Amino acid sequence: MEPLLVVKDLKKYFPVKKGLWFGERADVRAVDGVSFAIGRGETLGLVGESGCGKSTTARLVLRLLEPTAGEVHFGKTPVFKANRKEMHQLRRKMQIVFQDPYSSLDPRMSVKEIVGEGLVIHRLARGKEKTDRVAELLEMVGLGREHMGRYPHEFSGGQRQRIGIARALAVGPELLIADEPVSALDVSIQAQVINLFEDLQRQLGLTYLFIAHDLRVVKHISDRVAVMYLGQIVELAESDELYRNPLHPYTQALLSAIPVTDPKTKRQRIILEGDPPSPIQVPAGCRFHPRCPKRFDPCDTEAPVLREVSPGHWVSCHLY
Amino acid sequence: MRGLFSGQGRWSPGIVLGSAILLFFGLMALLSTLLAPYDPTRIPERLQGFSLLPPRGDHWFGTDLLGRDLLSRVLYGARISLLVGIVVELVVTPIGVTIGLFAGYFGGSMDGVLMRTTDAVMAFPGLVLAIALTAVLEQPGLLSVIIVLTAVRWTSVARLVRGQVLSLREAEHIAAIVALGAGKGRIIFRHLLPNCLAPILVAMTFGVASNILAEAGLGFLGLGIQPPMVSWGSLLAEGVVYLTAKPWLCVFPGLAITCTVLGFHVLGDGLRDVLDPRLRS
Repeated sequence: MEPLLVVKDLKKYFPVKKGLWFGERADVRAVDGVSFAIGRGETLGLVGESGCGKSTTARLVLRLLEPTAGEVHFGKTPVFKANRKEMHQLRRKMQIVFQDPYSSLDPRMSVKEIVGEGLVIHRLARGKEKTDRVAELLEMVGLGREHMGRYPHEFSGGQRQRIGIARALAVGPELLIADEPVSALDVSIQAQVINLFEDLQRQLGLTYLFIAHDLRVVKHISDRVAVMYLGQIVELAESDELYRNPLHPYTQALLSAIPVTDPKTKRQRIILEGDPPSPIQVPAGCRFHPRCPKRFDPCDTEAPVLREVSPGHWVSCHLY
Repeated sequence: MRGLFSGQGRWSPGIVLGSAILLFFGLMALLSTLLAPYDPTRIPERLQGFSLLPPRGDHWFGTDLLGRDLLSRVLYGARISLLVGIVVELVVTPIGVTIGLFAGYFGGSMDGVLMRTTDAVMAFPGLVLAIALTAVLEQPGLLSVIIVLTAVRWTSVARLVRGQVLSLREAEHIAAIVALGAGKGRIIFRHLLPNCLAPILVAMTFGVASNILAEAGLGFLGLGIQPPMVSWGSLLAEGVVYLTAKPWLCVFPGLAITCTVLGFHVLGDGLRDVLDPRLRS
């Protein structure tokens, strides 16, 4: 399968000052060597706890941030080497849906203006044509023409996410990055929005990078899932394989945290000790070792590398 | 202004009350030539019996040392005070907004230079700067007052807008627009600026109030507009000599200043409530 998006050894360090006065400079290693590829029409799930670098990865892929190191290729185009004109073309092909349905829509613009903004920027339609296209997009996401003149505050969270999706689809993207698109929604609404994502993928042949911290959501929608911890991918496998056979102790702990619907089922909940370490002072060796229940000799000195332990199943752990 | 006034709750009590007060003083200023019972600069031929009269039937606010009718002088003073307050704000706002937008959006050294300049002007005592500038400009008068106030009053708007832009820059709806491929101009003028308009408008009402006070301060020090023009500040300056013996000379212009400033503040508060889109039902 020809990959649509290839991310190679992507790094983003944010400089911070340590100390009050003459602070030495330090780096927050938000993303520290992330590599993955997404095939055309595929959905890659990206999970991890808050602050592990998921959203930064998303913003880097879209070049909303400039990376410290690494490469992103969209099709054959190297994203970080694209000039202004190429970048402008690329922006049409990669779009994003944000997490917060409240801050992701301009409160001072009507739905028609919000959804039509991409059409105007890329000179795709104007006047009546724009109105019709916006109506079409709204219908595609389950809203209607009658919503065009309204303002974001008149909508519910789920409806606002639909508006955000329509805005992203307006320019006809191939890749849609969904940055925790349902985390802020009620569970009942989550299912509807996820179904919408699936319908749209079928209709439009979209490719998804689907970010979430909820494993159930990701499992449902993803073909493959990557698990991130402290700026790195620790495990990457086909969705079913990852859930049936999690290898990394961190993945195992995450999976054990999913609530079970059947109260009779007994399960072993793995409680991780402590908090994730600060990305300013990354632990030596394996980044997970201070919290890992299975740590052994080399873990605190030697960093494991992401290896393919069975076909398509990659893990970064000394146990394998 | 798209969407600025859309939705309900357009009229809050603050807006009604503030507008009413300001309408009153605005009409006073506009119609001062018609309303004033006397020529505000007319000095009676015989001062005895006309000088420093307390408020009474034919002189509601009393008269000053030269026997001039204080009511007429307060009415005429409204023209200069309001004119200075509003003109300065209209000049200062675009300057401050531009500086704030650039500093906030471009950040880095642009932000450093612009904001350190702003800090420097802010940190310097405004009145001292105004006195120094007036000295440089030699001829105190209406124009010099406007120039001097403009020089010191742009800073707060610049800071306000920069702060707004900094927080907006992190907002996801701006990131979404960048991801859509919008250029700098479009981001700044179509997305950042409209989202700053409400706080700017509110700040303008408070700004006019401060300008009126600042003009009064300059007038009080004798650095403001010069006779025969009158402003509320210069009336205060004339009256302060007799503050204990003939208090009405200060009380009436003082009341005019207080009420006008209050009017602008009440209006500003009302606007702030109404312009917040989250409060619209």
